Amino acid sequence: MKLGDIFLNHNKKSSPQDESFQNKRIKGKEIWVYIIFGIWAIINLFPVYWMFTFSLKSNEEIFGTNVAGLPKEWLWSNYETAMGSGNMGKNFLNSTLIAIVTIAIVMLFSLMATFALTRFIWKGRKRMNNFFMLGLTIPIHAAIVPIYVTLSKMDLINSYLALIIPYAAFSLAMGILICTGFMQELPIDLDEAACIDGCSTWGIFFRIIVPLMKPAVATVSIYTFLQCWNELMFATIFISDSVHKTLPVAIQALSGTYATNWGPIGAALVLATFPTIIFYVFFSKKIQDSFIAGAIKG
Amino acid sequence: MKKLYSNKLTIILFILPALLLFLLILVAPIFISGYYSLYDMNGFGKKAFIGLENYGELFTSSSIGFVKALGNALLLALLSVAVQLPLALGLALLLGKGRKGERGFLSIYFMPVLISTVVIGQLWLKIYNPSYGLLNVVLRTLGLDSLTKIWLGNLHTALGAVFVPILWQYVGYHMLLMFAGIKSVPPEYREAAMIDGATEGQVNRYIVLPYIKPILKICTIFAVTGSLKSFDLIYVITNGTPLHATEVPSTLMISMLFLRNRYGMGSTIAFLLIILCFAFALIIGRIFKDKED
Repeated sequence: MKLGDIFLNHNKKSSPQDESFQNKRIKGKEIWVYIIFGIWAIINLFPVYWMFTFSLKSNEEIFGTNVAGLPKEWLWSNYETAMGSGNMGKNFLNSTLIAIVTIAIVMLFSLMATFALTRFIWKGRKRMNNFFMLGLTIPIHAAIVPIYVTLSKMDLINSYLALIIPYAAFSLAMGILICTGFMQELPIDLDEAACIDGCSTWGIFFRIIVPLMKPAVATVSIYTFLQCWNELMFATIFISDSVHKTLPVAIQALSGTYATNWGPIGAALVLATFPTIIFYVFFSKKIQDSFIAGAIKG
Repeated sequence: MKKLYSNKLTIILFILPALLLFLLILVAPIFISGYYSLYDMNGFGKKAFIGLENYGELFTSSSIGFVKALGNALLLALLSVAVQLPLALGLALLLGKGRKGERGFLSIYFMPVLISTVVIGQLWLKIYNPSYGLLNVVLRTLGLDSLTKIWLGNLHTALGAVFVPILWQYVGYHMLLMFAGIKSVPPEYREAAMIDGATEGQVNRYIVLPYIKPILKICTIFAVTGSLKSFDLIYVITNGTPLHATEVPSTLMISMLFLRNRYGMGSTIAFLLIILCFAFALIIGRIFKDKED
């Protein structure tokens, strides 16, 4: 669908006409629109704000004197408790490691496959592409039991690979979809020039194509990162020892331990969320585009 | 060049890693799940062929409660289409007109999508906490003590209470897709309609909505299949309690597998879910196609 390109570029062409007829229509009505926007913004932001504030409060404040305000006394020790006894540091590293390796695999495999699917001339490449796109609709439920059974046979339960392999597989379709969009835009003349200069296929791929695919790499990495970072179902089932736990699973466990002590849980929630939020602050457009790109074809 | 790019061996080498991963982890398990669903398996070596008995038991046994769980998931699907999507569409239409600050609002509305479902679930658990939760505290402060409830422990409110965060979290997602669609409507279309005297409502109805129909179709498919598959938030917030009131097929599947070691039955639920998702995606695609003609 060609629409995809239009959507991704919509920001570049903000037309002057838009504003001219908008100006005529500024009336009292506009204020209501902004009130609606404001209310919905509060509904979206408030839980996050509340999380940040109660992560810094004592039980006393949370449970009585100061439920929703800013903390009177900023209790950073909640974070120490969460990091220390909850072993959050280790879980944080696990999640990071799994995300990075998954991203690397998805990136390499989908760039290679996309190269074969867009540059090479062969029968059935269109069909192969459609086949990969099926991956966008296959629910992860399909994989749970067979993969669990296989992993236990191979003694891979409670290992990083138990999560990395399925995460990579389930992000692959999106990786190929996004890479295809970007690779089709690279002129074939580049390949021809490199070929004349004596580059082999691998040379063209690694020296010409891959370096030019940076925007695709960014988009795919963001998408894959969010998929791995937040995933719960596989992570709960395939990992049961504390050494390999990822953040979401660790938080689940921690909330059981600190059922009555909300501060440290709040701190853990903030720790798990802030990398995503920081990313989002700097790359909001890119992150949104990666979600749009997936949906247009999905 | 042509020769370089039609070398069969190179093609295979480039496509093989992705294809293998894809076949082994995504495609094969669907068939294996289907195969397992015909067996009575416990994961410790016991494996007996029982034909379609799992399916029969699933739909008739009231102790498993699959019908109820499926009903819950379908109710969630209905609510997504009836509440979540219209809300998203309304906001997207308001935002998409080119108002000041649209990107800022868009970014705020999309944020919940990025936050881990565990975090969101834990937060809402705290919001619903009967003694100290935000919801009851606010009700008490307003003097509405009679309305305070044990939201997640009450058979009548638990299901609604877990649905709220699920619906809330993904409004921003659908809104983002619709917003992108609305932004791609060529401004000339809009302007021509305005010159012809169309009101804002008419422009939306006759220009924007038909133009973004492919997006609306995708959003509907995502909303419905997403509801059928929903797991994370329910698992974190109630995990099916109280008394299976908030059970959905996915939570049931997990408890079959890892609490009762019934791998065959778990596979049956997984397989049914896959089929349902594909079927609904096809049906929704068909509905939207009919309307196009």
